[in-house]
Amino acid sequence: MDTDWSVVVDSLPQLLEGAETTIYITIVGLIGGLALGTLAGMMRAYGGRILNAIAFAYIELIRGTPIVVQVMFLYFALPVLANIRIDPMSAAILAIIVNAGAYIAEIVRGAFLSISKGLTEAGLAIGLPHWKVLYYIVGPLAFRRLIPPLGNQFIVSLKDTSLFIVIGVGELTRTGQEIMAANFRAVEIWTAVAVIYLIMTGTLSLILRITEKRMRIL
Amino acid sequence: MSIIEFRNTSKHFGPLKVLDGVDLSIEAGEVVVLVGPSGSGKSTLLRCINGLETITGGDLVVDGLSVTGGSRQLREIRQEAGMVFQQFNLFPQLTALENVAFGPAKVRGQSKAKARETALDLLEKVGLRDKAGHYPSELSGGQQQRVAIARALAVKPKVMLFDEPTSALDPELKQEVLNVMHALAEEGMTMVVVTHEMAFAKQVGTRLIFMEHGHIAVDGNPREVIDTPPNDRMRDFLQHV
Ligand SMILES: Nc1ncnc2c1ncn2[C@@H]1O[C@H](COP(=O)(O)OP(=O)(O)O)[C@@H](O)[C@H]1O
Ligand SMILES: [Mg+2]
Repeated sequence: MDTDWSVVVDSLPQLLEGAETTIYITIVGLIGGLALGTLAGMMRAYGGRILNAIAFAYIELIRGTPIVVQVMFLYFALPVLANIRIDPMSAAILAIIVNAGAYIAEIVRGAFLSISKGLTEAGLAIGLPHWKVLYYIVGPLAFRRLIPPLGNQFIVSLKDTSLFIVIGVGELTRTGQEIMAANFRAVEIWTAVAVIYLIMTGTLSLILRITEKRMRIL
Repeated sequence: MSIIEFRNTSKHFGPLKVLDGVDLSIEAGEVVVLVGPSGSGKSTLLRCINGLETITGGDLVVDGLSVTGGSRQLREIRQEAGMVFQQFNLFPQLTALENVAFGPAKVRGQSKAKARETALDLLEKVGLRDKAGHYPSELSGGQQQRVAIARALAVKPKVMLFDEPTSALDPELKQEVLNVMHALAEEGMTMVVVTHEMAFAKQVGTRLIFMEHGHIAVDGNPREVIDTPPNDRMRDFLQHV
């Protein structure tokens, strides 16, 4: 087998550009996913029957369908259904928001409900409104327990962006595919792509591990 | 007017009737000791006073405010009726000082500096000023419970509710908590105390209530009713604590 690693050097600028798009989709998607997930998680944990049911339906819908189907739906079906044109990039970001949001919702709900009820009662008993108890007491404690599972979800979402190859977003996997189609250097290119993913997920893991270490789990 | 007034108060958990039309008036300055078999409704009665449980029948008025008057009124009641729990329930991410300063700052709206001062005074009072910077996990059970008492006092309540404050403590740690409660009673604090400590009931209590199946079976002077129980079930009960 003859390999020629110089093709990696040649295509590196293009691959890094793809990686940049991957990072962009991941970051924007996860910021949105965190907001949506926190909202849905709080609705699950503390909402009345109706809010709870809405959040439950959303979470089950998303967790019960593949992300590829979700993004296809957003990109191809939504324009037909609602007459909303959406570019591939927006569809990709939206897919991460909606998808990660559902998983994050369950993480948030679990973390909040894992905090002893006695602490909430102690906060209420000194005369705090419930939202302040959640904000000052339960939230900070839940946050510490949130970090490890949230980290997992971040890594999953980062890798999920590779599936957006199906709608033609120029992220890392798609870029690799395009380069490969031009030079047929499968071994070199896919190795390079894999290594770049590893660097990204590795960095994320490292950041999370440091954050986790800095916070005592109580 | 009584500071706490149960008026034909009932509490159900689904089909289970836990408080059965309780009538009870507690005057300022009383130290009411609440005893009774497990499941008789002592905790529920106490938790209805500060609205941690919602009553399902009758009325319950605390310092002139009905517990059924909505969430804002309930928060006012809770500021007037502090609670100490069996499991302490200190906020684990805060130091002893921060735990105690939390109420004055976040509920009473005191400045940080003022709240800190209030907290230090109260820690001094429960004998733990030197532990101000310690986290709950670094304190013994007895110390944690004393911090919890200081935390409740920091909001300047008129009444203190204690739900088995020494039941989770090793025998050698109970006394330090009971001493703090004794001192509080001597200052004239109105207290309602669920406990199995009969010596404390006799020494500090001004009134003893024996509960049974969600109603008040005996209500009298602690020394008299403990020494000569007016009812067989209470006699039985006293033999087992
Ligand atoms: N949140 C609840 N849901 C259902 N039943 C409860 C709840 N809290 C207490 N009970 C029931 O109410 C009864 C009285 O409980 P409690 O007031 O805790 O008694 P005590 O403090 O005297 O042991 C018990 O039968 C208990 O199982
Ligand atoms: Mg009890």
